Amino acid sequence: MTDKIKKATRHTNQNEGLIFEKSFPGKRAFELPPLDVPNADPAQALGVHHRNEGVEGFPEVSEIEVIRHFTRLSTWNYAIDLGMYPLGSCTMKYNPRVNEFVARLEGLATEHPYQPNELSQGCLRILHLLEKCLLEITGMDAVTLQPAAGAQGELVGLLLIRAHHTKNGNPRKKVLIPDSAHGTNPATAVIAGYEVENIKSEAQGQVDVAKLRDHVTPDVAALMVTNPSTLGIFEQRIPEIAEILHAKGALLYMDGANMNALTGITRPGDLGVDVMHLNLHKTFSTPHGGGGPGAGPVAMKKILEPFRPVPILLEKENGRLVREFNRPDSIGKVKAFGGNFGVLVRALAYILAYGPGVRQATEDAVLNANYIRKHLEGVFDLPYSLPSMHEVVFSDARQKKNGVNTMDIAKRLIDYGFHPYTTAFPLIVPGALMIEPTESESREECDLFIDAMRAIAEEAANTPELVKTAPHTTRVRRLDETAAARKPVLRWQPSEPRSKAAD
Amino acid sequence: MRYLPKSPAERREMLATIGATSIDDLFASIPERYRLREALKLPGPLSEAEVIDFFKARAAENSVGHSSFLGAGVYNHLRSVVTDAIIQRGEFLTSYTPYQAEIAQGTLQAIFEFQTLMCQLTGQEVANASMYDGSTAATEAVLMAERLTGRSRILVARSVHPEYREVLGTYAKNSGLHVDEIGYAADGTLDRDALRSALKNDVAVVLVQSPNFFGAIESLAPLAEAAHANGALLAVAITEAVSLGAVKAPVDADIVAMEAQSFGLAPSYGGPFAGVVATKEKFVRQMPGRLAGQTIDAAGNRGFVLTLATREQHIRREKATSNICTNQALCALAATVHLTLLGKEGLREMAQQNLSKAQFALAELEKIPGVRRAFAAPFFNEFTIELPRSVKLVNAYLLRDKVVGPFVLGQRYPELTKHALVCVTETTPRTDIEHFAASLRRALEQPL
Amino acid sequence: MAYPTDYRYTKDHEWVQVNGDIATVGITDHAQHELGDVVFVELPVPGVQVVAGKTFGTVESVKAVSDIYAPVSGEVTKSNGDLQNAPQRINEDPHAQGWLIKIHLSNPAEVNALMDAAAYEAYIATQSKEASA
Repeated sequence: MTDKIKKATRHTNQNEGLIFEKSFPGKRAFELPPLDVPNADPAQALGVHHRNEGVEGFPEVSEIEVIRHFTRLSTWNYAIDLGMYPLGSCTMKYNPRVNEFVARLEGLATEHPYQPNELSQGCLRILHLLEKCLLEITGMDAVTLQPAAGAQGELVGLLLIRAHHTKNGNPRKKVLIPDSAHGTNPATAVIAGYEVENIKSEAQGQVDVAKLRDHVTPDVAALMVTNPSTLGIFEQRIPEIAEILHAKGALLYMDGANMNALTGITRPGDLGVDVMHLNLHKTFSTPHGGGGPGAGPVAMKKILEPFRPVPILLEKENGRLVREFNRPDSIGKVKAFGGNFGVLVRALAYILAYGPGVRQATEDAVLNANYIRKHLEGVFDLPYSLPSMHEVVFSDARQKKNGVNTMDIAKRLIDYGFHPYTTAFPLIVPGALMIEPTESESREECDLFIDAMRAIAEEAANTPELVKTAPHTTRVRRLDETAAARKPVLRWQPSEPRSKAAD
Repeated sequence: MRYLPKSPAERREMLATIGATSIDDLFASIPERYRLREALKLPGPLSEAEVIDFFKARAAENSVGHSSFLGAGVYNHLRSVVTDAIIQRGEFLTSYTPYQAEIAQGTLQAIFEFQTLMCQLTGQEVANASMYDGSTAATEAVLMAERLTGRSRILVARSVHPEYREVLGTYAKNSGLHVDEIGYAADGTLDRDALRSALKNDVAVVLVQSPNFFGAIESLAPLAEAAHANGALLAVAITEAVSLGAVKAPVDADIVAMEAQSFGLAPSYGGPFAGVVATKEKFVRQMPGRLAGQTIDAAGNRGFVLTLATREQHIRREKATSNICTNQALCALAATVHLTLLGKEGLREMAQQNLSKAQFALAELEKIPGVRRAFAAPFFNEFTIELPRSVKLVNAYLLRDKVVGPFVLGQRYPELTKHALVCVTETTPRTDIEHFAASLRRALEQPL
Repeated sequence: MAYPTDYRYTKDHEWVQVNGDIATVGITDHAQHELGDVVFVELPVPGVQVVAGKTFGTVESVKAVSDIYAPVSGEVTKSNGDLQNAPQRINEDPHAQGWLIKIHLSNPAEVNALMDAAAYEAYIATQSKEASA
């Protein structure tokens, strides 16, 4: 086993219990500067509201214990800084460190969203420049930076569409969604007050244009499409799709999760898309941080501009930037205090670092995906054979014959030193393996990945049990998710026995 | 380009392997007329030093050198450098959502600890792994109550943060929810009589904030009683989480929606922050957001996994409890590190300092002729004062003394034309408070 | 596992056992096998009316949620409360201890439209053939 696995090896790592299990009364990790005003009497100031003791169960540890605790925990994680995440649809690219540095600058991290405009020109200028860049990249007319993540961006997009239709006299009832769509699409459509109508993809995994023609009635508000599709394949008939929708007064929404295949190569606005969201934590390198924060700006054509969330950014004649709140047609706010400014700063830093050369990143992403596809084509079943862009979707059909499924292969990949690819999505491919290497992967890392996948395919054929019981080299083995769901334990309680950390 | 690990030679070789003559071949599936012929017109490319210079120049155009008395939902608190030392570790910063539990135990255990801390603070039984922020958490709490009760009428206190109410309004409009506002009493807390007359058997939830937008602390027990008597739930929003170091936990609430920004997150011009929804165990299946649960592996070792995922969008799709996918994980981690640093005594002391500073500030301001405290209810670190003239004009004067003055309540509450919301935290030096008071005194002495 | 010959079965993999005018309903062994470990069940309370062909609840595994469809119409008289704390009964004993609800039949003739054990076994055999194709 060790000759084949080049990228990873076993390594001693530290055990660590819950922080509450290390707590002892009287330990302190943080000291405040002394109070320079008279000490208030809390019982007098707060009356019946006064909490007499400290928060029960709150940890009491020292600074070094905090540092060790979280440092040890961190060593149990995989991360981009360690190696490739071939996760389809996630675009796990390098998170540039200068982005972290600039987001923390005094004068940026310290600013309060309610401070006067004249003391916020630096912040507003950052937002303004980011808006201009995103418009240039998407080929759209207007943008909002308010949504906190892709799903929220989708909601804003649909609310913009709804506002547009309502202004025209009829909000309409339905949103069409391909069966290959990400789960946030239908979930969002319902929140926006629409019924979801699923459209089956055609044989090549693309939107079925003939079916679409039948489905688009005056009751349809929009089609939500992902381009490239969740199979990583460019929707070649997008301009035609846009026309079909527009002919019936419906709009085209594009889920921009796969923008990493398009930036600098083509622009959704040029293709006929009316409104789209971007995932800054995907295409624009802001860090995933274990699950967020992200940002989901929404770019749109002129017709939707008046409905943008408030406030919008305006540049006055003297170059001063102001936030305008008086927008009678606005859909309102979806989040307090504007967008995730710290995330927006990081995205702008990324764009500035690349400049017009950002096309190279897209080219490298597509090159990597096709390189991997070429080397794994004979080994894994390829259900849809149209050219791949930045990601490729295989299925576990061949390995299933030996009882090995995509989840097993993914778990075995962990032993080879990689994070798994996306399993079991999109839904239209049973047993899917969705692989997106991004441009951040060197040829060496791609080759190691290819070797690992080929080795696992061999194992699936010859020693399937090894794959089915993987991973074998991690701190914990496969965890009992059934028990976790049947009898959820969602917090530490003081009666728990002392740490039973894994060895 | 420094972020791209390929040499031109490698690119050529890889293309050859694929059987393509140029990279353009790989984009052949895009119809030719839509393929860009020129590079995008973007600023750059900038070297690392130039990127830093650009943002430093922007930072210099903001509020450096000013003191501030703004709170209103975003608070300046001490943040230890230890927090950054931890969250900047690549294994936390650049890791993915912990769907593959075996290689994400660090993130999952930290989430479990976060959930625990949130329960301890709020006195609730379960808490999620974060929502985008307090405003969306409050909205999700309301939607949750709608699902639990099957009712669609919401009562919201006017003293809930105006932007929280705006966000709720945006979501409510499209879910067929009917929102009615309940005013405030003379002491600044919720008008209980108004609440009682509005409460009928069609109300899903009563949403209040404590301390509320005026700084006043609400008595929750009678509100819970009134709500429950009518089959409604009580949801409590908390924008200033440090208050829980001195104020009793909202145990009477059925759902708590809290903003965790005060726990180690910089104001950062409005985000990213971290919202939390905490509630009773019996409501957990209707609670949105990710949850980390404790379990064991085949060898009996304790471990953690994301659980109860069937509530979420990637499984339930149209029927999900929420559409949320990406949350605020790294911010929640920062809050977790911050809270373990503060610990039981540190949080208590921090809250005590806030209380003391605010009491001192009020006393100093009340010495100024014409300035009076507007609401009698107890407050934590924010309070409302009434001035004899327009707060906007006063703030313009204060700005010349390099003081960012208190929040102008009149811009959100037309009836509170001369009222200002003053916030003081443990980070506000006494000298700043005295300078603010002196400047305010002078401002009020100016001819009109 | 054998399929009881005195039960009737639906295309959505529910079973019905009739006793006078009370019907007991559950999901079949095939269904529980496809679903995996059951972690949670959502059932209607007594008094609720169910309609043949319409959903009346859900069964959840770790990774999926399945709607359960009423095979017959009537009023729910009992829900299997044991499943709250022991949802695994559905996996362990789907045809007996894993029962879901009891219904007071409003239209007993509906049962005749359902498959018998032999027909059901033939049905799932063709289903699995299609799945592996």
